[in-house]
Amino acid sequence: MTLKGARERWVRTGGVELCVAELGDPEQPTVVLVHGYPDSKEVWSEVAARLADRFHVVLYDVRGHGRSTAPRPLRGGFTLAKLTDDFLAVVDAVSPDRPVHLVGHDWGSVQSWEFVTVGRTEGRIASFTSISGPSLDHFGHWINARVKRPTPRRVGQLLGQGAKSWYVYLLHTPALPELAWRGPLGKRWPKILERVERVPGGDYPTSSLPSDAAHGAWLYRDNVRARLSRPRPDAFAHAPVQLITPQGDAFLSERLYDDLDRWAPRLTRRTLPAKHWIPRTRPDQVASWIEAFVTSVDGGRPAAVPTGRHADRFAGQLVLVTGAGSGIGRATAFAFAEAGARVIAVDRDAEAAARTAELSRLVGAPEAWAEPADVSDEQAMEKLAEKVDREYGVLDVLVNNAGIGLSGSFFATTADDWRRVLDVNLWGVIHGCRLFGARMAERGQGGHIVNIASAAAYQPSRALPAYSTSKAAVLMLSECLRAELASQDIGVTAVCPGFVNTNITSTARFTGVDAAEERRRRQRTARLYGLRNYPPEKVADAILDAVTRNTAVAPVTPEARGAHVLSRFAPGLLRRIARVEPRL
Amino acid sequence: MTTAVSSELPVELQGFRRVQRLAYECAEAVAARLEPGVTEREAARMQREWLRERGVRDWFHLPFAWFGDRTAFVDFRIPLQFFPTDRALEPGMPFILDMAPVYEGHTADIGYSGSLGVNPVQDRLMADLEAHRELILREVRERRPLREIYQDVDRLMVRQGYANRHRAYPFGVIAHKVDRVKQRRWSPHLFGFGTQSLKGLAADALHGHREGWSPLWSPYRFSDHPPRPGLWAVEPHLGFRGTGAKFEEILVVTDSRDPAESAFWLDDDLPHVRRWAEEK
Repeated sequence: MTLKGARERWVRTGGVELCVAELGDPEQPTVVLVHGYPDSKEVWSEVAARLADRFHVVLYDVRGHGRSTAPRPLRGGFTLAKLTDDFLAVVDAVSPDRPVHLVGHDWGSVQSWEFVTVGRTEGRIASFTSISGPSLDHFGHWINARVKRPTPRRVGQLLGQGAKSWYVYLLHTPALPELAWRGPLGKRWPKILERVERVPGGDYPTSSLPSDAAHGAWLYRDNVRARLSRPRPDAFAHAPVQLITPQGDAFLSERLYDDLDRWAPRLTRRTLPAKHWIPRTRPDQVASWIEAFVTSVDGGRPAAVPTGRHADRFAGQLVLVTGAGSGIGRATAFAFAEAGARVIAVDRDAEAAARTAELSRLVGAPEAWAEPADVSDEQAMEKLAEKVDREYGVLDVLVNNAGIGLSGSFFATTADDWRRVLDVNLWGVIHGCRLFGARMAERGQGGHIVNIASAAAYQPSRALPAYSTSKAAVLMLSECLRAELASQDIGVTAVCPGFVNTNITSTARFTGVDAAEERRRRQRTARLYGLRNYPPEKVADAILDAVTRNTAVAPVTPEARGAHVLSRFAPGLLRRIARVEPRL
Repeated sequence: MTTAVSSELPVELQGFRRVQRLAYECAEAVAARLEPGVTEREAARMQREWLRERGVRDWFHLPFAWFGDRTAFVDFRIPLQFFPTDRALEPGMPFILDMAPVYEGHTADIGYSGSLGVNPVQDRLMADLEAHRELILREVRERRPLREIYQDVDRLMVRQGYANRHRAYPFGVIAHKVDRVKQRRWSPHLFGFGTQSLKGLAADALHGHREGWSPLWSPYRFSDHPPRPGLWAVEPHLGFRGTGAKFEEILVVTDSRDPAESAFWLDDDLPHVRRWAEEK
């Protein structure tokens, strides 16, 4: 079906025939993709297509699934030992001389953990990427540890995972699951996946689904009780492991992997905000992480592991920051760079943007580029969006940060002043969201947009009518966009900093005063902001936190938080503060 | 003592240059002996012993050593945090050695940045410090108020993408005056600072307070005056995401009308200056 250009072969082993598909150049490192339940190898079609031009990609239908034949009798035919035999048979056929890079999703990952922790596969596996499937042995030890020392937290973790495993109990009932899958459930499953798991429709799942699911029930019946009650004490991984954890997985708790470092000493963690079926919903991200991991292991050098906050989340992602030549934008670019993201620094000031890109590479960005552009210039932004799309790809995170300050009485603010501040602060954000957000939505693999508003968005002030208006608009724009993009897994965050020590003060315009007075006020505000001394680096950290938690509105700095609370519970007080004329 | 400089300049300066060279030699010798596992305390002791063996008896301040993110003074809140800790050096870690020996009555105060193995971030910081050395000398020659020079250095740092870490020093100083120190048989120190030197600094501060200048070169109003003739230990300190780098050396300021004579670096044959020359 969907595996275009695949070469097929059949491997006979232990009384079954396995259907094996190969893509790409066999001279390249071999990547073996193992599917889960209820699936067939076609679950990997999107990821395999993305890996095929760099690797020799091998997929096979697990016994009883897809076009592979089922063992007779079914009971006892799906034990992990037999699955390991199958794997070795496939590997010996497709890559007899070199160890393979293993990738498993769901039950494919569960069985791959067995492959990577038993002695007889040693030397046959170069690396293992695990997606949404724990080792049953590790799981057993995880449960035991929590039963033996039931602190409230551990009991909570146990109950949480217990509830998520409801389907495992159902699958242990005789005959019923088979009836359901071959009957109504099998028919409705594609729709359920589309609605609940947001798996794009099309040619997945395949027509073999009812029999895959019916046979696959024996994966659980043959292994789960046996392994969970008597987990192996020596289930240590003998190859480097990359663990990819979708945070919205309905079946597996993130806590399951807390102790994993004990079993897999060379562990790389990756997380992403998605549901269970990431090979279907996030093929780009999954393929790029597999590629990076396989390349680093194959290169024989330990990958330069990014050490920054949330490196598990942002490594390899494409991030664009506007206004990245200074202040919060620059600090944000550095924070993403430290987390291993690829950074595009956009700024009016080409030299400053280049500097940001250069230092980003220095602190850990695998790639960083500077793009000079004025966010208020629609055509320039369109050109930029086209260039980014053509040369770097679709953004994973967009930070609309560029902004300017404007202070002074409403009546002293000219129409030109208004235009300038709205052009940059509001239209800059609109252009960014429109151009880059559209491509993000079109790709359909999630993403995040961060708009830097301000505490002035909800704290009125007689000194900042134009600036506050522009920022309030950004706040509301973010909220509306968040509502619209929620269905496409694109988060939108409005970050509202208070007084942050950046050079916005030295470029801000003060209306209604002469040049000398304006300069004096600039210096004075810069001094006050300097005394407040809230570093932009902290705002950058808050931005990364907000993206990982998908926060809607993130006030940063105590005064911004305070005003945010007051705006809800005592807006009258804020109005009274608004009347105070700051003495500058 | 502060006024003595202009009259007997060359001889005096010889002494200061000798002790500054000695201090940098010490820094290079100790840096060469650093290896994984050496702690800040041990590095500080190595500096102390090296200089003691060569006749140093008094200190402007005792040797400091900062490793890892302590080179950028991450989370420094109280001055006690400047003192060496048991932090051990690891491969790739940046370090800074900072010492201020007094030798034959002359004071030096130097800072030496390096790393154990390769540290591209610190290399970059060190390379970018060259612009600061030039900026400071140029603006001192222009007789700009010290406070303004401080702010210009700040602006340059921000443009470069770095944070000002000399702000963490007491009074946020980028430089302070150093001078001749009377040699006593007993030279106690107070919080790491030699009492003789502190006495000199206090006397300067008192004089300055009356005359409208300060021996501390800070961002505050008391530094809002043109450069004062004398010897200034200048120490711009850059920080970038947990990595810091600085140099510290003596800038000679005189009351000469000739710009080139009015201010100059005491010695241009120092490790960081040589490094910049090599890179070109």
